[in-house]
Amino acid sequence: MREITYRQALNEALAEELERDPSVFLMGEEVAEYHGAYKVSQGLLERFGPKRIIDTPISENGFAGLGVGAAMVGLRPIIEFMTFSFSLVAFDQVVNNAPNMLMMSGGQFNIPITFRGPNGPAHQLGATHSHATENLYVSVPGLKVCTPATPRDAKGLLKTAVRDDNPVLVLEAELLYSSKGIVEPPDEELLIPLGHADVKREGGDVSIICYAQTVPLALTTAQQLEEEDISAEIVDLRSIKPLDEQAIFESVAKTHRVVIVEQDRPFCGVGAEVCYRIQKNIFDALDAPILRVSQEDVPMPYNERLEKFVLPNADKLIAAVKKVCYA
Amino acid sequence: MQRPEQRDEVEMLALMLLIRRFEERASQQYQAQKIGGFCHLYIGQEAVAVGAVAATRADDYIITAYRDHGHALARGTSANACMAELFGKESGCSRGLGGSMHFFDKAHHMYGGHAIVGAHVPLAAGMAFASKYRSEDRVTLCFFGDGAINQGAFHEALNLIALYKLPVVLICENNLFAMGTSVKRSTSLKQIVDRAEGYDIPGEIIDGMNFREVRDKLGEIIISIRKESHPAFVEVRTYRYRGHSMSDPASYRTKEELEKYRLDDPITRFRAQLTREGKLTNEQFDRIDKQAKETVLAAVKFAEKSAELPVEKVYDYVYVNGAGQAGVSPATQP
Repeated sequence: MREITYRQALNEALAEELERDPSVFLMGEEVAEYHGAYKVSQGLLERFGPKRIIDTPISENGFAGLGVGAAMVGLRPIIEFMTFSFSLVAFDQVVNNAPNMLMMSGGQFNIPITFRGPNGPAHQLGATHSHATENLYVSVPGLKVCTPATPRDAKGLLKTAVRDDNPVLVLEAELLYSSKGIVEPPDEELLIPLGHADVKREGGDVSIICYAQTVPLALTTAQQLEEEDISAEIVDLRSIKPLDEQAIFESVAKTHRVVIVEQDRPFCGVGAEVCYRIQKNIFDALDAPILRVSQEDVPMPYNERLEKFVLPNADKLIAAVKKVCYA
Repeated sequence: MQRPEQRDEVEMLALMLLIRRFEERASQQYQAQKIGGFCHLYIGQEAVAVGAVAATRADDYIITAYRDHGHALARGTSANACMAELFGKESGCSRGLGGSMHFFDKAHHMYGGHAIVGAHVPLAAGMAFASKYRSEDRVTLCFFGDGAINQGAFHEALNLIALYKLPVVLICENNLFAMGTSVKRSTSLKQIVDRAEGYDIPGEIIDGMNFREVRDKLGEIIISIRKESHPAFVEVRTYRYRGHSMSDPASYRTKEELEKYRLDDPITRFRAQLTREGKLTNEQFDRIDKQAKETVLAAVKFAEKSAELPVEKVYDYVYVNGAGQAGVSPATQP
């Protein structure tokens, strides 16, 4: 039993996969000599050398595309975006090149690439640096998208992503880089398959479906709800695409009430799809309409008080839970 | 160091003729509505793709934009597979899933067929990066049009290619028009090759209507790259006889201009050279032309007869190792 940070867990995943497979390389802004803007790649340059840990100029479209091209001829690039807000500059490569190649080439070219980096609002970074990009990317066929919330999930999912033969986005949670959790020792191989949700807390009255930065929010809120005799089950999606419908349905069949708390925007957000699938498949299990807690539908303001208002928070989540519980 | 065999020149002329006849037939089949979507013809530019391929080894990487029929045929993709692709058939080079703008042929190291202008130049950087990473002496040939040189992806890629000293030949097929916009109206430079200078990449101008010049100048560049990895840029001056695509009557240019270029036709010119040198008789030429026409006609028949991919197979091309496992679930079906 050992406790490490989310950041260290990602670092271990990178090091292990670089060690295991010489066709894996890490490329991005400040990943080598600066050790990563968030220090996720600390020590990797020293260990693996400049051939495999590669600093780039500020050219997201260019180096994301370079990754796709390298993947076409069999390398397994890990492309770091300093934040996924900057991936928007490379949208064409991530959305139009990586996931389309297999179809366009009639199955000749798959793209074994990992795009990773922090995603979602952090703290007072303003509108351009606060994007939760998941609902932009999960709508694209050919991409897989995972959203680890704990150090263990971060390590296990990133390692799986690197080994996947398809383009996978690992959307890390910027606010969780320093959070700690129990992770298996490095001599134990830790792989967590995509498409497997994790019940982070068992409960009987309401299912709170969450992912990434909303997982710790849901867990804290669940404790508060316990004091009011509401027992919440916390279902961490872990990967949004593929989506673990079964785990969602099992929880809902047990609790009959659902609140989805997501870090993205409400319009066509991740929760909208989850909600659709629940009502379509197990409508009769529901005792109340499904509610969603998300960001407000506005660009992110810089002002701290306004930012707090825009983000999902415990008050909004508690109110939603009470509403579905008719409490 | 492995060098390409000197390809037989009459064979290369035959390849240019095959492309010409293929495109003429594609045009006709498009008008007969056998071919869907957009269709961009390579007529007039044949010496570029064929000359470049003649300068490469079979394992060098080739990647191009959407006017890609000529490059695939030059590389060795069969006329059958190309025509079937245009017809959307399973026997097409991309199983009928890519269409005119997305020809792929892994066996012949033809990496597409890319239809977002400039977006494939970073891919070329990646392919060349992989060669260097693996210490291979393979060269990547990246073709694009004059319209690509003002696109952001192109500039980012050129900087990366130069910065990492990647083994890429950037081949700008300057046919004077990006769709209907002439280079004069799109580009602030006096000549396109000057783009290379901004990235410290050596640049050269090549007459794209002259097969031998294309082959020999690119051949020199490729030999130099194989010795020590570096990029190069060539502006190949060429001309497309047809409009941008099948729906374009090309009214933005004059008949006189078109006629001027037709007089400098790359096939006519190469034929004259070979004839003058006693390497080709008129009878021989007629024979290879007839052969090209027959090959293309047979390709149309092949494409017509070929089957389409069954609709349920569409899910097999979304993800490898577990078709449709991500996202595509019965719940998303209405």
